[in-house]
Amino acid sequence: MALDRWIALIFLTICLAYGYTAWFTMDEGLPPIMQRNPIWPSTFPKLLSVVGLVTSLLILLGHEKKDQETGEIDYRHLQDYNVSQAVGLLFLMVLYAVSLKPIGFLLSTSLFLTIGAYILGERKWVLMIVISMLTALSVWYLVSEILGIYMRPMPNASLLEGF
Amino acid sequence: MFEGLLIGLQTVFSIKMLVVVIGGCLIGTFIGMLPGLGPMSIIAIMIPVAISMGDPAAALILLAGVYYGAIFGGSTSSILLNAPGVAGTVATSFDGYPMTKQGKAGKALTIAAIASFCGGTVGAILLMLFAPMLSSVALLFHSAEYFALMVVGLSAIAAFAGKGQVAKALLMTTVGLIMATVGEGALFNMPRFTMGVMDLQSGFGFITLAMAMFALPEVLFLVLNPKPIAGSGMAQIKDLRITRSEARSIAPVIARQSIQGFFIGVLPGAGATIASFLGYAVERNIAPKKEQELFGKGSIKGLAAPEAANNAACTGSFVPLLTLGIPGSGTTAILLGALIALNVSPGPRLMLDEPQIFWSVIISMYIGNLILLILNLPLIPYIAKVLSVPRNFLIPFIMFFTLMGAYIGQNNATELLLLVGFGVFATALKFADYPLAPLLIGFILGGMLEDNFSRSMQLYDGIAFIWERPMTLGLLVIALILIILPSWREHKSKKKNENEPT
Repeated sequence: MALDRWIALIFLTICLAYGYTAWFTMDEGLPPIMQRNPIWPSTFPKLLSVVGLVTSLLILLGHEKKDQETGEIDYRHLQDYNVSQAVGLLFLMVLYAVSLKPIGFLLSTSLFLTIGAYILGERKWVLMIVISMLTALSVWYLVSEILGIYMRPMPNASLLEGF
Repeated sequence: MFEGLLIGLQTVFSIKMLVVVIGGCLIGTFIGMLPGLGPMSIIAIMIPVAISMGDPAAALILLAGVYYGAIFGGSTSSILLNAPGVAGTVATSFDGYPMTKQGKAGKALTIAAIASFCGGTVGAILLMLFAPMLSSVALLFHSAEYFALMVVGLSAIAAFAGKGQVAKALLMTTVGLIMATVGEGALFNMPRFTMGVMDLQSGFGFITLAMAMFALPEVLFLVLNPKPIAGSGMAQIKDLRITRSEARSIAPVIARQSIQGFFIGVLPGAGATIASFLGYAVERNIAPKKEQELFGKGSIKGLAAPEAANNAACTGSFVPLLTLGIPGSGTTAILLGALIALNVSPGPRLMLDEPQIFWSVIISMYIGNLILLILNLPLIPYIAKVLSVPRNFLIPFIMFFTLMGAYIGQNNATELLLLVGFGVFATALKFADYPLAPLLIGFILGGMLEDNFSRSMQLYDGIAFIWERPMTLGLLVIALILIILPSWREHKSKKKNENEPT
C-alpha cells in the first residue's frame, strides 16, 4: 500500500474518533436550554466528520488514479537521502525546546546553532561558535529589549539546584 | 476613491512605513532567492515580527513587501541558477536560465524586474478599481451567503489542486476545518475535542501550524536532498541594459500578461503558479512562428510573460482577501491569520471601518514595486551572494527562526514540541503528495465558516436558508460542480480511452 493511502487510513481513524465524539458523546452534557437551539456545538463537527470520512475513504479505495510520477523526493528510496542529518536536526529541535527554559536562551541558542552546523558537517569550530553566540545575543536583544517579549537569558538557578 | 488614496498616501509616507516597505522587500528578496524556501515559509517566519509591531497597517505592509520580494528573489535564482526558489517562478527559468547560459544574465534580470514591476503596478491599479466594487456587492451578503462563498472558495482550492489531487486537497481542507473546531470557540462557551488536555483549551496556534506546514518541511527537504546553492553564473552579472527594440517587443506581452495574471490571481486556488504557466503558454501560442521556436532557448518574450503574470497574480490574490475576507491561496491565508491576530477582520467593512489599512496596503504595493525595480535590481549582484552562504550555516539558522517564531507567538515551550511533531507529520504528507496549503486555509477559515453557518441556522431555525436564499443555493451548487467536475472529466476521458482501441 502506498504512503498516501496509509495516511488516508490514519485520517480515516481520526475522523472516526472525531465523528464518534460529535455524534454520540458530545451532546450528553448539553444543558436543556441549549437543546432548543437549532445549532448545537456538535452540529458543524458532525458535518465535517461525514465529509472527512467520505474523502479519506475515496483516497483509501484509490478512486483517483494518480499519474505515475514521484514528487521532489521519492520516499521509497529514503535511504539515498540525508536521513540521519534530518533526524539529528529534528532531535536537536526537541532538545532545544526542552532546554530553553532551564538553561536560558543564550546558552541553548548558541548550542543549537553550533551543534546544528556540526550535524550538517561543518567543522570550523571557532567560526561556528562565534557566529552562534553573536546571533543568540543579537536575537535576544531584539526580542526582549526592542519587541519587549521576555525570554530568560541565563540558566535558571532554581531549576538547576536539583542536579 | 481619491479620498482613500490620500489616506493611504498619508499613512505610507512616514519614515517608519517606508523603512518597513523597503525592509520587507529586501528581506523577501534575500530569502526568496534561496532555492526551496517559498513565500509561504518566509511570511510564516516574518509573522511574529509583524504582529509584535502592533500596527495592523504596518504589519500588512511588511508582509506584503516580503511577499513581492520573495517572488522577485525567486525569479533571480530561477534565472541565475535554474533553481526556482518559488513555484510561481518555475516558468521564469524556462527562458531565463538559457539567457544566463548565453551570457545575458544581466539583461534577463532587467527584463524580469521590469516585467515584475509592470505586472505588480498594473495589478495594483486593477485592485484599486475592482476591490471597492466587489466590496460594495459583498456588503449585501448575509451570513448564509458568506457561508456559501467560503464553501465555494474551499472547493475551488480543491478543484484547482490538479489531477489526482482533488480528493486529497478536499481531505486536507477538512482536516484543517476539524483542527479549527478544537478548543473553546467563541460561539459556545464550552471546550470541544480537547481530550482533557489543558494546552488545547485555546486551540492550536496558528503560527505554529503555519511554520509546521510550510517552513519546517521545506527545510527538511533541503537537508534531505541538498540542492546546488552556489552556482557559476554569478560572476557574469553585467550589462543590465536592454535595447529599444527589445523593449518594444516585450511591451505588449507584459501588458497582456499583467491583466490576465491579475484575473487568474483573483480566482481562489489559482494564484501565481498557474498564472505564470498559463501566461507562458498563451504567449508561446500567439507568438509568430519564428519567435515560437525561440521559446525555451532564451526568448525575452518567454521570460517577460511569466514574470508579469506572477506578480500581477500576487496582487490579484489580495482582492478576495481585502474585500471578502476569504483567502484564495496559502499565502493570503497566512496574511489573514496575521490580521486576525491583530484584531482586524478583513472583509467588505474593512474599507469603510479602517480605510487606512486598505489604502495603505495598495499604496505600499506601488512603492514596493518601485523599490524592487530601482533598489533591488542594482543590488542583485550583491544580494546574490547570499547564495554562496554555506548551507551548513544557513539551515540551522532557518530552523532557529522557525522555532523562534512559534515561541514568540505563544511564549510556551510545549508549542515548540507541537511544532516539531506537526512538522514531521507535514513532511510525511509532503512525501505522499498531499497539498499542505488547503489544510492551513481550512484551519484559518474554520472559525468563520462555522460562525456564519451557525448564524444562518439560528436565523432560519434549521437548514432552510439553503433553499430559501437563491444566492446561497446558487453558490452551493457552484461548489458542488467544482468538486464533481474534475472526477467527472477524468471518468469521461477514461471511457474514451477504453473505447478507442476497439
